[in-house]
Amino acid sequence: MSNNAMIINLAYIVATTLFILGLKLLSHPGTARRGNFVSAIGMFIAVVVTLIDQQIISYHWILFGFLLGGAYGAWKAKKVEMTQMPEMVSLFNGFGGLASLLLGWATVSGMNQLSMATTDELVFVTIFLTILIGGVTFSGSVIAWGKLSGKMSSKAFIFTGLRELSILHLLGFVAVGYLFATEPSNELWLYVAIGLALSFGVWATISIGGADMPVVIALLNSYSGVAACAAGLAVANTILIVTGLLVGASGLILTNIMCKAMNRSLMNVLLSGFAKPVEMG
Amino acid sequence: METIYLIFIVLLAAFLGFELIRKVPATLHTPLMSGSNAISGITLVGALVASGAENDTLTTVLGTAAVALASINVVGGYMVTDRMLGMFKKKQGK
Repeated sequence: MSNNAMIINLAYIVATTLFILGLKLLSHPGTARRGNFVSAIGMFIAVVVTLIDQQIISYHWILFGFLLGGAYGAWKAKKVEMTQMPEMVSLFNGFGGLASLLLGWATVSGMNQLSMATTDELVFVTIFLTILIGGVTFSGSVIAWGKLSGKMSSKAFIFTGLRELSILHLLGFVAVGYLFATEPSNELWLYVAIGLALSFGVWATISIGGADMPVVIALLNSYSGVAACAAGLAVANTILIVTGLLVGASGLILTNIMCKAMNRSLMNVLLSGFAKPVEMG
Repeated sequence: METIYLIFIVLLAAFLGFELIRKVPATLHTPLMSGSNAISGITLVGALVASGAENDTLTTVLGTAAVALASINVVGGYMVTDRMLGMFKKKQGK
């Protein structure tokens, strides 16, 4: 391990510790605000130290992207009304999912034919999962945002054949995943995978009523963590793996806690596209 | 051997995530969701490498877009969580 990589990995350990500490503090009322700050410091360390990565040659695009996204995020966060918080979180979460999708795509497009032929199939499976989960997170979050902000009807949108459509999607995932992993140089499978993921996110969310949306957002938040974890496996980055999974696992348990608090069953919300919903609305 | 290590990491991180927030009060559900959402913007770290590695145009464009989107998630996420928790404190003070 080169000196550079050593420094980066040590800093990643510090950042991960801060994330864990931050989450812990965030779950107690008295320390919650401090917890958020602690985890923000962790993120700052992780981002800054990544910039010394030897693979990074030029900084102007990074700076451009960061300033653009950071300014937009800050502006949105400042001006949002307190009552619109859940939909704001949903929208941010959707952007995070889309970022994972694009990262997965960039990883494939950054490989040349030669390295593609020698790369392990497992890497392409993780890239596929990144694109899949990132895509579902993005389109699902956008629908959740639309429902909460009143841009769409908040009623559960149910039609006959929804269950069959969902099952078809799942079968499609398996088939396209196999084709993509075995033949990654064929761009068609990549585009089909992106399309399928986006479309599944829409159908899975649109069939859930507005009252259940907070639970759905918590679940999609968990998904975006898993997407980051899959991206980490694809680009071999430990902090993405650990942190993504941390968010994924804590998001799932939070979804479950919220379900209980709202007297709903997690399975019912999860599988609403497959089963008849108990109540509409 | 590498794969075994990865499975270890995955398993431990998953359990840790479960244990960390097992007893969160209902009032903190939304801030916690928002706070962990900001953390999931860690994708930014991967995107930085994709954007700055001077690959072909498509990769750079995708990487830069990923950086921008992840930055929205990170910056917006932390700020929104902080605002939410700030309100929370004031309300409790009254």
